[in-house]
Parts: sequence; C-alpha cells; structure tokens
Amino acid sequence: MTTLDHTAIHQQAIARRSRQETIRRTWLIILQIIMTFVLITFLGPTLWMVSSSLKARTEIFAIPMVWIPENPQWGNYTQAMTMLPFAKFAINTFAICILTVIGTIISCSMVAYAFSRLKWPGRDLFFSLLLGTMMLPEIVTLIPMFIEFRTLGWTKPGTVFGVLPLNFLPLVVPYWLALAPLYVFLMRQFFKSIPIELEEAALIDGANRLQILFRIILPLSKPVIATVAVFSFLQSYNDFLQPLIYLNGQDNWTLALGLRAMNDVQQTGQWELLFAASTVVLIPVLLIFIFAQRYFVQGIATTGFGGR
Amino acid sequence: MAIVTRSKERITWMRAREWIEGYLFAGPFLVGFFAFVAFPMLFSIWLMFQKWDLLGEPTFVGLRNIERALTDELALKSLYNSAFYTILAVPFQLVISFTLALALTQAIKFRSIYRAGFYLPIIIPVVATAVVWQRVFHPDFGILNEVLGIFGVPPQKWLLEPHLAKPAFIFMSFWMIGRQMVIFIAGLGNIPVQLMEAAQIDGAGKLRSLFNITIPLMTPLIFYNMVIAIINSFQTFVPSLIMTDGGPQNETAFVVLNIYRNGFQFFNMGYASALAWELFIIVVGFTIVQFYVSNRWVYYES
Repeated sequence: MTTLDHTAIHQQAIARRSRQETIRRTWLIILQIIMTFVLITFLGPTLWMVSSSLKARTEIFAIPMVWIPENPQWGNYTQAMTMLPFAKFAINTFAICILTVIGTIISCSMVAYAFSRLKWPGRDLFFSLLLGTMMLPEIVTLIPMFIEFRTLGWTKPGTVFGVLPLNFLPLVVPYWLALAPLYVFLMRQFFKSIPIELEEAALIDGANRLQILFRIILPLSKPVIATVAVFSFLQSYNDFLQPLIYLNGQDNWTLALGLRAMNDVQQTGQWELLFAASTVVLIPVLLIFIFAQRYFVQGIATTGFGGR
Repeated sequence: MAIVTRSKERITWMRAREWIEGYLFAGPFLVGFFAFVAFPMLFSIWLMFQKWDLLGEPTFVGLRNIERALTDELALKSLYNSAFYTILAVPFQLVISFTLALALTQAIKFRSIYRAGFYLPIIIPVVATAVVWQRVFHPDFGILNEVLGIFGVPPQKWLLEPHLAKPAFIFMSFWMIGRQMVIFIAGLGNIPVQLMEAAQIDGAGKLRSLFNITIPLMTPLIFYNMVIAIINSFQTFVPSLIMTDGGPQNETAFVVLNIYRNGFQFFNMGYASALAWELFIIVVGFTIVQFYVSNRWVYYES
C-alpha cells in the first residue's frame, strides 16, 4: 500500500512539474514576443530617421507612408554635408572632444590620486565639496560663468596658439581643472583598490609622485580610464547648451549647432537632408556605443551616472 | 639620541612634503572649484540684486528681480510647465524602466540586444533626437500619427495644439529611460537567490514575491532613480528650444528655457540669475523633502 501511494504521489508530482514547465515556457515565449515589439518601438524613431535619410523627396511626403525607400538616395548625404560646412563642424567637434577627454583624464587622475593616496589638511572637506558639486545644477553657474569667461575675453573672436579658437576655451578649460566630480570619484574608487605596496617600493627606489602616478597607477587603471574617456567624450560630443552660448560665428560651430541651424532653415523643406545630417551626427556615438558598451554599462551600474 | 631626533626631523619633513604634494595634485580641482563653482555662485547672488545688460554698468535694483521672478506671469507659467512635466513624466519613466529591467532578468533570449536597443535613445545627441522627434510628431507626415492610424486613432496636431504639447514631451521622455533601466538591472541581479527560493518553497506565487520581496528590496534604487530623474526633468529645455521654441502659447516654455532667454537673448543677467536661484532652491527643496519622506517607504538593510 505505502509503496503504491508513493508511486502515485511521485507521478502526480512529475505531472505537476511538467505542467508548470509548460506554463513557464509559454510565458517566456510570450514575453519574448512582447519584448521584440517593445524593442521595435524603442528603435522606431531612429530606424525611421535612417530610412528617411535615403528617401527621395516624393517618398518623404507620400501618403500612405513609404517605410523603405525604393531607390536609396545616397546623394542625400553629400548634399546634406555640403549645405553647411559640416566637415568643418566635425573638425571643431572632435577638437573640443579630444581636448576635453585629455584634460579630464590628466587632471581627474591627479586629483583622484591626491584624494585617495596623499594625506593633506582639508582633504576630507574638499572631498565633500567635490561630491556636492556633483549635485549642483549646471544652470546656477551658467550665467556667472558666462560673465567670467567674457571678462577673460574668451567669448571674442580670435585664436590661442594660432590655431585654437578662443571660444573653445570655456568648453575645455573647466575639464583641465577637474571640474568633472563624477570622474574624480570613479578614479579615486579604482585607485583605492590598487595595492599600496607597489607604490611604497617605488618610493623607496626614489621615484617621485608624478612618476608613480603615470608609470605605476595609470597603467594599472586602464578599465577606469576607458570608462572615463567614453563618458567624457560622449558628454562633450552631445553637449548643446555650452556650445550654443560660447561658440560665436559659424566657423567655430560644432556638429550639434550645425544640425540645429539646418533644422531652423528646413522647417518645412528638405527633411531627407535633415535626416541624413542627423544620421551622420549619430554615427560616431553609435560606433563608440557598439565597441565600448561594456565600459558604460559597467560605469552606470556602479555609479548610477554617466551618459548625458 | 641624535639618531632619534634626526629620524623625527625626517618624518616631519616627509609629512610636510606629502602635504605639499597633496595640494599640488589636488591643485587643478582647488583652482577649478574656486574659479568656476564657488566664485560664480557668490557672483550670481550679487547679480540677483543688479540690473545689467553687459553693455553698460550694473545698477543696484534691490529686490526687484526676485519680486519679478516670483510674480511674473511667464516665470510662473514656466515653473508650472516644468512641474507638470516632471510630475507626470517621472512616475511613468520609473514604471517603464522597472518593468523592462524585470523582463530583461527573465530567462529570455537575446537579452543583451534588447538592453542595447532600450539604451540607444539616450546616447543619441539631444539635437538629433529633437530634430527627429519634431518630425515624429508632425501632424501629416509624422510616424506617430501613422502608427496610431493603424489603431484607428485620428491624426493629432501634437506640437501645435496647446493641450497636446506637454503630453507629447512627456511621451517622448519615455524613450529616455536607458540609464534607469541599467541601474535597475544591476540591482535586480543583487537580490539573493535564496530569498526567492525560500518564498517559492513557502508557496508564494511570482506576483506575490514581486510585491513582497523584489520591490521592497529595490526601493533604495527606485528612490535613487526618482531623485535623479526629478532633478533632470526640472532642467530639460533643449528639446523645447529646438522643437517648439516654447510654444504653442508658452505651453512648453520650461524654466531653463525662460532662464536661457532672459540671460542670452534679452541680456537681463540679474533677472536670469534670480530665476536660476529660484529653480535651484525648488530643486534642492524637492530633494530634501524626498529624503525626508523616504524613511517611510524606502527599505534600508540594517
């Protein structure tokens, strides 16, 4: 009797489990389908932009909507890029971004080193001020900083070192002064995880602090440097407000300002050119996103900030 | 004795040297902080009491700028617009990002592709986003009306109708939830498996463990995402500058757009500073209230 009961219960349990398994599988398939629709919704505007950038004028304003252009008009891209000097805008944008990234990495790593490895009076006070700066809305300092930079003469036309427009300085100089508290914070956390013995050995061998930072610490910090480089590049590339305020004259414009100017002109007209220009502006960030996804997913997950 | 004093001297010297090195290495930030954070903040407090168009000399106007910031119709309208946008956009954003994060922690295939796709909209430069979305909302040739048409919804004049403009911006913000989602995914990964298994053994269904275990454990991250989202939403303005220029009938004139116009189009530096401080105090106040209320609903492991 008892053995029989056991088998019956056992079989019941197996039946129940397989029923649950079927429910679970069905649910996962449904979820998979739902998520695919959601994904299409999320990518919709971007895909529409890319597809429209290749449409002929007649297809853009066709009713009902043409989803995929019959004859991809690659000429839209050349036309869009020559409508305004986009090559010049691209050079400006990359110059600003690269100067920002280099300044951010050098200054933030030095400051992070001071906050993680050196003992000096006021360190904790300044560290809390640094964290406070992270929460400070950009808008509060926008106007006084503009007046400051104007007093310094950086809002005028002209160049420094014969090549660099003065107008770039307000966008770049703050980053050479480590005014990117998030990155200082990220680097400090990373430096703290590096064994101090390495440094002590180097100090005994007579190395100075700069040598320690640049020859020992930074080579060990490649992951955090990559994260900071990706974030600060994207931030600088995507920025609109600062370039809008500081970059005077079309010669100094970035891609963002060029696209905006084109949008103002093409309110009703040549959408396909505008979409082509938008696609071009998107390509650099898309490449970074594809190749460096690991770094910013990590960066966001650990700090909660980043991106824009 | 001599050796001891010498080594003491050496220690003092080493410490002094470390102090100097500390200040030198932190130097960029110390200079940057005083030049571009502390000084500008004090300077803008002074500016609040001046009338200055940058051309002539600043003149002292007492509390007039502050009074105007608190009573001007457009200033109040812009505050209302930003508050309306924030209060409606943030809860939806949190629900969407949390739901997507939950779905992406289930055993479905291609999770990293979904994650990348949901994340993509926030890395697109804000100008490109605005340019495209302005056309997404276009009454005749926009993709939104086209898609809604499939479900039988008649075409709407999204950005042109006063009562539809803010909802359109709120709708657009639902695409910008990638960062919140990634944070939620990270948090969901940290929930102890044993806890879920224990609940299952006790006979709790999926839905019950979601509401009794997952959500309570995630409240710190929900709170964090909420605080950041509110701070950011109060400051949105680039989309409205590009897509509607604050219209129709100032329905999308958000606070920062009003500050930007007063500062950089009308050159009312004093008034713009007063508006900026008004926003700053509201945002800080909002944040403090949230921290205060958070004790009641945020679960912190002791």
